[in-house]
Amino acid sequence: MALLEVKDLTVYYGVIQALKGISFEVNEGEIVTLIGANGAGKTTTMQSVIGLIPSRSGSVLYEGQDITKMPCHKIVHLGMSQVPEGRRIFQELTVYENLVMGAYSQKKSASFKEDIDKIYTRFPRLAERKNQIAGTLSGGEQQMLAMGRALMSHPKLLMLDEPSMGLSPLLVDQVFEIIQDINKDGTTILLVEQNAGKSLAISHRAYVLETGSIVLSGTGAELAASESVKKAYLGG
Amino acid sequence: MNFIETLINGLSIGSTYAMIALGYTMVYGIAKMLNFAHGDVIMVGGYMLYVTLTATGNPILGLLAAVVFCMLLGITIEKVAYKPLRGASPLAVLITAIGVSYLLQSTAQIIFGSAPKMVNVASLGNVSFVGLTIPVYVLVTLVCSLVIMTALSLFVKFTRTGRAMIAVSEDKGAAQLMGINVNRIIMITFAIGSALAAFAGLFMLMKSPSLTNTLGAMPGIKAFTAAVIGGIGSIPGAMLGGILMGVVEAISLKIPLIAPYTDAIEFLILILILLVRPTGIMGKKRREKV
Repeated sequence: MALLEVKDLTVYYGVIQALKGISFEVNEGEIVTLIGANGAGKTTTMQSVIGLIPSRSGSVLYEGQDITKMPCHKIVHLGMSQVPEGRRIFQELTVYENLVMGAYSQKKSASFKEDIDKIYTRFPRLAERKNQIAGTLSGGEQQMLAMGRALMSHPKLLMLDEPSMGLSPLLVDQVFEIIQDINKDGTTILLVEQNAGKSLAISHRAYVLETGSIVLSGTGAELAASESVKKAYLGG
Repeated sequence: MNFIETLINGLSIGSTYAMIALGYTMVYGIAKMLNFAHGDVIMVGGYMLYVTLTATGNPILGLLAAVVFCMLLGITIEKVAYKPLRGASPLAVLITAIGVSYLLQSTAQIIFGSAPKMVNVASLGNVSFVGLTIPVYVLVTLVCSLVIMTALSLFVKFTRTGRAMIAVSEDKGAAQLMGINVNRIIMITFAIGSALAAFAGLFMLMKSPSLTNTLGAMPGIKAFTAAVIGGIGSIPGAMLGGILMGVVEAISLKIPLIAPYTDAIEFLILILILLVRPTGIMGKKRREKV
């Protein structure tokens, strides 16, 4: 059984159809990537799956449970977590307080101390800056914080929306390494990326999204070798 | 000595304004709307106090009844009038808030009539020390609001729900991604704001016992001004703005030449501060970092 199963998902913004009935699935343990150009509907897909955009039709199943009509905060409590596009960390809170917010869905967090130490080990920069106001962090550090914050809720499925956006090439490599590490530790990953080359290289499977529809799917290697993907997303 | 008495009086008026301003600023910060019916919640609290006081003679019981009733009223107003308009144009929400304001005032007039009711909470007298003579109600107001505002600040900073309130005020979407139930946080915010309004009503009636259905109108506008001066959305800003308004009011009322223009002076300060700092004293400019 797939961990996440999206069937015929349709989303409208007013009269504009942003998603025209897309279907895809993410199996436990996988890294699955959605690639596509600007405006293809990648962020809409991510926000719709986790319930941030409530007006949707089709169905979204998580661990076999229908979450199509469930509000975002309840979905998060089921063990789905998202690093949103643009990171959206809480700028006025400290690094530590942001991580505390990340653990909000953990009712009685007996393991809180342990969890936060794990995050600090994975992202040493966050430990150095734990009492700093998050808005004053660099772009790369904010991305680390957004990822750390999302991990504080022990997600089974971690969704990352453009985690490499706006980062230096060195940091981009680092982010992709961290994503692979998180996956190896047992977290399933759904990734949205414009950096098709790097994301296909680490993905088990991938889907190509074009103006609200899925036009291609396959393993990461298959898509990276596909002529049309090469032409449209890999620069030749 | 006279000046110090005036100052203490001003701090007391100001802390009453601050308590009301907190309701405006918290609701604005979290629900991103101006609740212009907030002033009238004070008035409803006043009548609740009056009814309970008449029936039992116990001011503590009266305060409790007012606080509980106002909290329920605040939650109900949000559920019935504002929640259906989530995502509607700000103008629709604004006109609804004004509608709720008139509804509360008119309902009170239908029930209690238009003649003022005298609410004699308790005769507390004056207290003299180090050459100062200060009415006891002034001290009670000051101490109570200080305790309440400190408790509120601690609540927001250190509790799970308080932190969730900060998160919602900063980024509703990101807050939902943390698993925060935004509707619940908005409800709690209205409840807290309305409870503070009930306290403000008690303080106002201790100062001057005449209660009409427009009790909350002018203090409501002044407290809203205070919230804007301090930076709407900012909790310490609302406290500072309220205190500032109260002190200016008390001093201005003591100077015969300008005393009649006290209200105008307070609003003039708003204009001056907004000219220099459009976001208010502690208001934050939104910074985006890529």
